[in-house]
Amino acid sequence: MLLEVKNLSTEFKLKRGVVKAVDDISFSIDKGEILAIVGESGSGKSVASLSIMGLLQKPGRISGGEILFKSQDLTKLSRKQLQKIRGNQISMIFQEPMTSLNPVWRIKDQIMESIRTHMQVSQKEALARTIEMLDTVGIPSAAQRANDYPHQMSGGMRQRVMTAMALACEPELLIADEPTTALDVTIQAQILELLYRMREKFRMAVLLITHDLGVVSEAADRVIVMYCGKIMEEADVRTLFTRPLHPYTVGLLQSIPQIDEDSDKRLYMIKGMVPNPLNMPPGCPFSDRCDHSMARCTKEMPQLREISGHKVRCFLYDEAKEGELGAK
Amino acid sequence: MLKYIIKRILMLIPVLIGVSIIVFLIMRVFSPDPAPIVLGQHATQEAQEAWRQAIGLNDPIYLQYWHYLKGALTGDLGTSYYTKIPVVKEIMARFPATIELAVVAIILASLFGILIGVVSAVKKNSIFDNAGMLLALIGVSMPIFWLGILLIILFSGTLHWLPSNGRIDPLLQPAHVTGFYLIDSLIAGDSGDFVDALRHLVLPAAALAMYSMAIITRMTRSSMLDTLGQDFIRTARAKGIAEGRVIFRHALRNGLIPIVTVIGLQLGSLLGGAVLTETVFSWPGIGAYTVTCILKSDFPVVQGVVLLVAAIFVLMNLIVDVIYAFLDPRIKYAKKEV
Ligand SMILES: Nc1ncnc2c1ncn2[C@@H]1O[C@H](COP(=O)(O)OP(=O)(O)OP(=O)(O)O)[C@@H](O)[C@H]1O
Ligand code: SF4
Ligand SMILES: [Mg+2]
Repeated sequence: MLLEVKNLSTEFKLKRGVVKAVDDISFSIDKGEILAIVGESGSGKSVASLSIMGLLQKPGRISGGEILFKSQDLTKLSRKQLQKIRGNQISMIFQEPMTSLNPVWRIKDQIMESIRTHMQVSQKEALARTIEMLDTVGIPSAAQRANDYPHQMSGGMRQRVMTAMALACEPELLIADEPTTALDVTIQAQILELLYRMREKFRMAVLLITHDLGVVSEAADRVIVMYCGKIMEEADVRTLFTRPLHPYTVGLLQSIPQIDEDSDKRLYMIKGMVPNPLNMPPGCPFSDRCDHSMARCTKEMPQLREISGHKVRCFLYDEAKEGELGAK
Repeated sequence: MLKYIIKRILMLIPVLIGVSIIVFLIMRVFSPDPAPIVLGQHATQEAQEAWRQAIGLNDPIYLQYWHYLKGALTGDLGTSYYTKIPVVKEIMARFPATIELAVVAIILASLFGILIGVVSAVKKNSIFDNAGMLLALIGVSMPIFWLGILLIILFSGTLHWLPSNGRIDPLLQPAHVTGFYLIDSLIAGDSGDFVDALRHLVLPAAALAMYSMAIITRMTRSSMLDTLGQDFIRTARAKGIAEGRVIFRHALRNGLIPIVTVIGLQLGSLLGGAVLTETVFSWPGIGAYTVTCILKSDFPVVQGVVLLVAAIFVLMNLIVDVIYAFLDPRIKYAKKEV
C-alpha cells in the first residue's frame, strides 16, 4: 500500500465547542490507483486531505490515528521531514485556481522553486523542466507563457499551472481537492482528462476529492462517500454506481443531472440540510434526512461494516450476510 | 511608466503654487507684524514703517505674491529678515542634518518594525506578539520629547555612553562636501569623525524612530496576518519549501505594499523636520529652526520650508507609487490614468 490512513480524526477546538471535522476514517490507496472521496460541502474532505499533507492550520489538530505513507507515519514526522515529502512524493492541487498561485511571481519562478527545493539541479535545468512540464499539461507556447504572471492567465490555465507545479517532482501521490469545481464545465472535462493522462504518464496514485459524483464515474477506480466527517460507504466505482447501498449515496446518485432526462422533470435533491457540526444529531448523522430512518437510527451510531470489499455504515445492512447485499 | 512619472512631476507645479498661496496668506493674516520683532521693541513707528516699505510688506498682497513667484521661478526664495541670508542657503545649511537624522531613523524603524511585525504575525497571540504590540502601543503613545529626555538621562547622564546634543564634537567638524557628516567623514577618510558623528546620531535617531517603528510594526503585522491566510501561502507550504521562505519570499513579499506606503509617509513627515526631537537633542536641523522662524514672523524662511516640505510629500508619494509597480505586476500605470 502506498498510503494507509488508519482511524484518522481531526478536530477544531473552537470557543463554541469542538468540531470533529474528520471522525475516525480509515482507507488506503494503492500505487497508481485513483481513489475518489465524495460528499457534500462540509463533510470533511478538505480537512482530511490537509491532514494528510500536514497542512492543517490552527485551531485544527489531528486528534488520533495514523497516516502511513510507504509505511512511515506522517503524523509523527517533524516539520522538516514533512517538507521533504511535500511537493516531492505527495503533492496537492487545490480547489481555487484563481487564488492558489502567488500573484507577484512569474509562474516559471513558482514551478522552479518547487523543483529546486527537491531536486539537485541547476537553474537552467530547472527552467527546462518547468517548460517541459508546462508543455505536458497542455499550455500552448509554454516557453513564453512561463514568463506570465498568474493574473495573465485564465482559471483553466492556472489550474494547469498548478498541476504542472504539483507534478514537477514526479510525486507518487497526488491529492486533488476539487480541482475542477471553480471552472467552466468544458474546462472541467479538460482538467479531468489531464489528471487521467498524468496518472498514466507518471504512474502516480491520485486522491480525487469532489462533491460531484459525475466526476467520479469518469475518473475513479474506487469511491469513498463521506458525510459529516465519517465514511458512509466505500466500494469500487462500478459497484457503487450499479449497487449503491447507503441511502445517502442513493440520494447523491439520484441528484446527478442526466442529459437524456426529460427537461421538465425536477432534479432530485436530498431533503434537509447537513447538520451543524457543533450540534450533531445523536445516532446516525444522516438520520434526520433519511427516508428509511428507524427508531434505532436516532439513538445508536451504525458501524462501518464490510462485506466482500463493499463497506457501508447503515442499520439497513446490519444483519446482511455475504451475498445478501442489495439496495433496499 | 516614464511618461507617468513625468506627468506626476509636472503635477508638482500646481501643487506648489497652491501651497505657496496658502502659506503666503496665512503668514500675512495670522502672524504678528514682523517689524517690531526684527527692529526691536524700541524701534520707532517711523523706522518700522520705513522697514515695511523697503521690504515690500506695504504692497497689496497680490503684488507681494507676484514678486515672490517671479523670484521663486529663478530659484530666489527671498532672504531671511534677520540674517539677511538667502532662504535657499539657510535651508541648505540645515536640511542635510534633518535628512541624515530622518534617514537613519527610518532605516532603524523599518528594520525593527518589519521584523517585529513579521514575528508577531507568525506567532500570533504568543508572548512575543503581546510584547511586540505593547511596544508598538508605547511607541505611538509616548510623547517623543519625553522619550528623548529619558534616553538622555539614561545613556548620557547616568551611563555616559553617548553624547546628548549636537551632530558632532564641535572640534571635529568634517570638511563640508555633502553636508551629511557620516558621508563627509567617510570621504575625508576620517574614521574618528565618522564614529563621533554616529555616536551623536544614535539617541536622536532612536527617539525619532520609535513612533515610526510602532506604526510600521502594526502595519506589518496586520498585512502579514492577511497574506498568511491566503491560498497561495498554503500552496507554498504544499510545495515543501522551508517555512522561512514561505514567510519572507511569499507572505511578506505580497504584504509589502501597505508597509511601503507607511514607510514612505513616515519618511515624508520625518524629512519635514522633527521639531521636538531636534529641540531636545539640540540637533541643528530644519524643524527646530522653522519653529523659531514662525515665532519670529520670518515670512520668507517659513514659506521656503513649507514649499520644500510640500515638494517632499509629493515626491515621496510618487516614489511610493513607482515602488508599487515594481512590487506588484498587476499594477500598471496606463496612459489613461494619473
Ligand atoms: N478553520 C476551521 N475552523 C473551524 N472549523 C473548520 C475549519 N476548517 C474546517 N472546519 C470544519 O470542518 C468541517 C469540514 O470542512 P471541509 O472544508 O473539510 O469540508 P469539505 O468537505 O472540503 O467541503 P467543501 O466541499 O465545501 O470543500 C466543516 O464542518 C467546517 O465547519
Ligand atoms: S442508519 Fe438509519 S438513518 Fe442512517 S442511513 Fe441507515 S437507515 Fe438512514
Ligand atoms: Mg473542501
